Amino acid sequence: MPTRTPAAFRAISYFAYAYKRTWRGSVATSFLYPVLYLTAMGLGLGTLVDHHAHQVDHVRYLVFLAPGLLASTAMQIGGNEATYPVMAAIKWLRTYFAMLASPLDVEDVLIGHLLWIGIRVLMVSVIYLGVMTAFGTVLSPLALLAVPAAVLTGLAFAAPICAFAATQENDTGFATLYRFVLVPLFLFSGTFFPVSQLPGWLQPVALATPLEHGVSLCRALVLGQVRPVTALADTVYLVAVAGAGFLAARVAYRRRLVT
Amino acid sequence: MTGVRPAGPVDPPGAEPMVLARGLTKRFGDFLAVDGLDFSIGRGESYGFLGPNGAGKTSTMRMIACMSPATSGTLRVLGMDPATEGPAIRGRIGLVPQEDTLDLELTVLDNLMIYGRYFDLPRKVIRERAERLLDFAQLTERAHDKVEPLSGGMKRRLTIARSLISEPDLLILDEPTTGLDPQARHLLWDRLYRLKSEGVTLVITTHYMDEAEQLCDRLAVMDHARFAAEGTPRELIDRWSTREVLELRFGPDRQEAAAGLLEGLAERTEVLPDRLLLYTNDGDAALTEAHRRGAVPVSALVRRSSLEDVFLRLTGRTLAD
Repeated sequence: MPTRTPAAFRAISYFAYAYKRTWRGSVATSFLYPVLYLTAMGLGLGTLVDHHAHQVDHVRYLVFLAPGLLASTAMQIGGNEATYPVMAAIKWLRTYFAMLASPLDVEDVLIGHLLWIGIRVLMVSVIYLGVMTAFGTVLSPLALLAVPAAVLTGLAFAAPICAFAATQENDTGFATLYRFVLVPLFLFSGTFFPVSQLPGWLQPVALATPLEHGVSLCRALVLGQVRPVTALADTVYLVAVAGAGFLAARVAYRRRLVT
Repeated sequence: MTGVRPAGPVDPPGAEPMVLARGLTKRFGDFLAVDGLDFSIGRGESYGFLGPNGAGKTSTMRMIACMSPATSGTLRVLGMDPATEGPAIRGRIGLVPQEDTLDLELTVLDNLMIYGRYFDLPRKVIRERAERLLDFAQLTERAHDKVEPLSGGMKRRLTIARSLISEPDLLILDEPTTGLDPQARHLLWDRLYRLKSEGVTLVITTHYMDEAEQLCDRLAVMDHARFAAEGTPRELIDRWSTREVLELRFGPDRQEAAAGLLEGLAERTEVLPDRLLLYTNDGDAALTEAHRRGAVPVSALVRRSSLEDVFLRLTGRTLAD
């Protein structure tokens, strides 16, 4: 009688049920944010930028900005879903322990949660791309590939942050993570201006961050300016970070959940 | 409430036990939580772990539930090894953990649906079982309510209902009724007793002696990570206590003096700050003898020995934590 659903997929059903409760607000927010950002930064600020600098990387500022925001949003969703929800599943609601009392193993629990985070980033990215299209910032059909690129960017953050979250006793570490990692990355990883504008010594730092590669990849795809070697390097880098994060998370989850 | 009840259907000799432990040990760093336990739990039996806080009951439960690996020793659950066949074993057992792991934001029914999915049951099957289990747990009217505002007893009943969604052969309950009011406890006992009569093997930890007497065919009293004693409730009382207890209260600070007067009257005498306990097989005779010796207690009570007497004798009267 039992079906044969892979164990990690069964873990997703929890998050899907929990999402049922908040999906309306969540989807509305996913529309609202790109509209607000693209209007204020892209149209408002962009008009100023275009007037003075003429163009950024040969396109209007709005067009330059939009794919960067897409990648940054993927990072934020990945980060949000891997911090407080992980803490809740370990300490506040103890959802992971409910899962672990069933046939699911630690690895299933982790993979299931990461897959769910991937689905969340996917949903938000599709909506983002839709709004970008409405704003006329999509210049190439390759932009469709920016959705998986954004999902990969989200996972490159979610996996290591899951590992970090599983080592925390309470949520104070998350505020530090946002303040000193995610916000600076958002501001300095090529979302709002090309990394080449940074002081020389800071450029390699920016280039070493996963967000810079996510931004670079998404932008190349949305603008139709793909240089295969760069795109491949960006992809490999993001996969490597996500993979290393996954391995770290697997160790951290085992230590925390199986005692 | 200490009526003698026939033991549940126990396996014929030679049949494989549901749980078998030999030298089962659990260490957390330097701390020895479970120290070389040997026990065996048969099919259909209901087996209780009693013990003060920190005695190692929960650690033992978590190992049986395949959620915590044993440090050393042998453990077989349903004939399988938790170290290598954890998922297969967990698929056939139900766990009621000490702390509820319900999702408070979701509805009662959703909690059952989600849990059933972990066991890979088809939604249709889960829905059918959920309907029956909600009735069993007297939660049918709350099926579509959120869990958060439910009372402690309702949440506990939901946790038990949820643990039964996979129709387990073995149900592990870690302090199932702690913190509940008497009505809720009696309702839970009734439900657990029904499961037992349906042939489900129960493994229970509890602080409540009446609960242990009500539900358990066999008990292990744990103290400091080991078994202090094991047996049926009746055997434990026979072995570790007397048939009756005479409780005598004297005025403040007069217990010691009275104890001197009554020396040798009972098999064992315990001096407490507010009363004397005389363990004897004939309480009335002991009371007559006490009066003959000139003892003038403020009050006297003859009662039957209980598991609580056994428990306190084996684990002491000082607080564990």
